Amino acid sequence: MVMNRDDIARLNEDLLRPLFRTSGRFYWAALILALIVIVALAAWGYQLWAGFGVAGLNRPVYWAFYITNFVFWIGISHAGTLISAILRLANARWRRPVTRCAEVITVFALMIGASFPVIHLGRPWLAFWLFPYPSERRIWPNFRSPLVWDFFAITTYLTGSTTFLLLPIIPDWALVRDKAKGWRRKLYSVLALGWRGTPRQWSRLETAMHIMAVAIIPVAVSVHTIVSWDFAMAPVPMWHSTVFGPYFVAGAIFSGIAALILAMAILRKVLHLEDYLTPLHFDNLGKLLLMMSLFWLYFIVAERLTVWYGNETSEMAVYWPTQRGPFAPLYWTMIGCNFLVPFIILSIKQLRTVAGTVVASSTIVVGMWIERFLIIVPPLERKYLPFAWGTYHPRPVEIIITAGTFAAMALLYLLFVKFVPIISIWELKAGVRQESVVPIPASLLRAPDLIESPSPSGLTRGPAGFSREVS
Amino acid sequence: MDHKWSMVVDLDRCTGCEACVVACRAENNVPTAGEDEAARGRVIHWIRVERYWEGEFPNPRVRFRPVLCQQCDAAPCEPVCPTYASYHTPEGLNAQIYNRCIGTRYCGNACPYTVRYFNFFNPVWDKPLHLQLNPDVSIRQVGIMEKCTFCVQRIKAAEIQAKAEKRDLIEGEFTTACAQACPPKALVFGDLNDPQSEVSRLNRSNRATKLLEEVGTRPSVTYLERGTWRGEKT
Ligand code: SF4
Ligand code: SF4
Repeated sequence: MVMNRDDIARLNEDLLRPLFRTSGRFYWAALILALIVIVALAAWGYQLWAGFGVAGLNRPVYWAFYITNFVFWIGISHAGTLISAILRLANARWRRPVTRCAEVITVFALMIGASFPVIHLGRPWLAFWLFPYPSERRIWPNFRSPLVWDFFAITTYLTGSTTFLLLPIIPDWALVRDKAKGWRRKLYSVLALGWRGTPRQWSRLETAMHIMAVAIIPVAVSVHTIVSWDFAMAPVPMWHSTVFGPYFVAGAIFSGIAALILAMAILRKVLHLEDYLTPLHFDNLGKLLLMMSLFWLYFIVAERLTVWYGNETSEMAVYWPTQRGPFAPLYWTMIGCNFLVPFIILSIKQLRTVAGTVVASSTIVVGMWIERFLIIVPPLERKYLPFAWGTYHPRPVEIIITAGTFAAMALLYLLFVKFVPIISIWELKAGVRQESVVPIPASLLRAPDLIESPSPSGLTRGPAGFSREVS
Repeated sequence: MDHKWSMVVDLDRCTGCEACVVACRAENNVPTAGEDEAARGRVIHWIRVERYWEGEFPNPRVRFRPVLCQQCDAAPCEPVCPTYASYHTPEGLNAQIYNRCIGTRYCGNACPYTVRYFNFFNPVWDKPLHLQLNPDVSIRQVGIMEKCTFCVQRIKAAEIQAKAEKRDLIEGEFTTACAQACPPKALVFGDLNDPQSEVSRLNRSNRATKLLEEVGTRPSVTYLERGTWRGEKT
């Protein structure tokens, strides 16, 4: 593929359009989503004001919807950064239009997920006690508590993934700055951090991104392992399981890819990015999703089979209600959503289309939410002493807050797309050039080669030298 | 001499009268929940009398088992608390420090005996119960956990008294509210480090067992299992 001036102009036009032009639909969508978020915040306010009892929690089910949402959203956050880092390190060419919309899912899903441990606190105004600050009481947080590990893991991951998201945005913000006038120019001048596209800047950016890509992978894996240890460390039947760490990580990546496919499909439709987010991307991600679905099946079989075979009284009291008791409808829906439907759709090539992967991803997102719920609630309902067993039913506050998080995710994403080109423009351009000049060794295609050259149109300050290269 | 506070529950003696539950409520300012909230599982009782039925009508048997915090030596509720609100005292008690509690309820999940209670609302007492609050026990606000303390206020009061009189604690000088109230003396409280004490003697009984011993919590409460009834088939 050869890129000439027209192509560059079209690329810029296509990908910068959402930043410069805002339709009425945007305002309506933002308004509706914001209203849902406000209602959810009001529901939380009501819970604070009236007492925690307005939620459906009880003894013995002390954790339910809120912690389900926590685990679910932290899981969703694993698509982005992890996928993007792996694809970057593997230098998969098709990744270029996908990385940013994946990375941003991580950041927002983490923010939403991390808010749940606070929402679920009995006294949320004291949440800062998890932070190890020097205080007059001279008490540290309890470093033996998995909740404190959570706190550190999540803050590390949030910092890392935000950096990982922002680094490659800088050249694109510089591009917007150069094309914009008025307040936008001022705003993006600040955001672009003085990016000029000098060789030094490119080389530093490349190094920084490489370091982040390598560093973020162990962080991501550790985060969901630690989330799983919130359960696995407690002596609760069917929580206390060694398989939980890898099981949660696999489930997190699984639900994360599904969320990524859904986000990409919506972006493609709404922003008319059909030329950039192509069926090839959905096909590739669909294959990845298929693999993760099989992994997920493997883990749930490993977990369930060993419990069933072990036949321990306290665990069987939890096991049977999920297989054929009150939780069975949810359990088998989950199996259908996470395995049967995706497996059929994704393993047939003709069905692995945009529409097909979207259907599979939707069922997976639902199925994975149910999975988290089934991990948390049934064991709490039937813990050891039968006299203290209980049942859990969600109450409106919890349902509203849960709905609010989905709206919050959509709203944050919507606003992000308004301020940042959702497809990394400079990476796309660099990619086009890289593919067109085959004989050049990869090492030469590194930073110094991405030097800004006086771009023909004078518009881009990014790596605009491709027309020179390919001629 | 260090103390090792312990309780023995004789299941052969317990009649299920729930006097212990009422006494505990009065002693420790345990709020009432009301009918609706109780049905939702929000009722708080630091000691509860579990009832298990066996057999079919017309020969049903009911077994009572008073369950309170077992003051575990290896308490699963302690390490999981992020703020040290669930804390092991030097005397081996499991203390709940209300001011430190932020209400994660993790300890409530981790406790195998399900004896930790969350304050879903600010406490209320039906009139005239509000007139009988115990000034020695603090009232717990919404959003924090509470549970049996082995009547730590009584332990402390007795220790302070003994110290003022420059003597050791005397066996039977004080006891917990539940043990004090129990008509058939099914509950016995005392110091396990004193080999002459009643609890030490009962702990040596061949009926002595621990509840959920297999979980490995090393409880300080001992249950004396019920023998079979005369003519009862087992
Ligand atoms: S019985 Fe439960 S609350 Fe009491 S010390 Fe043991 S684990 Fe903690
Ligand atoms: S007061 Fe004594 S007899 Fe009555 S329920 Fe409690 S332990 Fe049993």
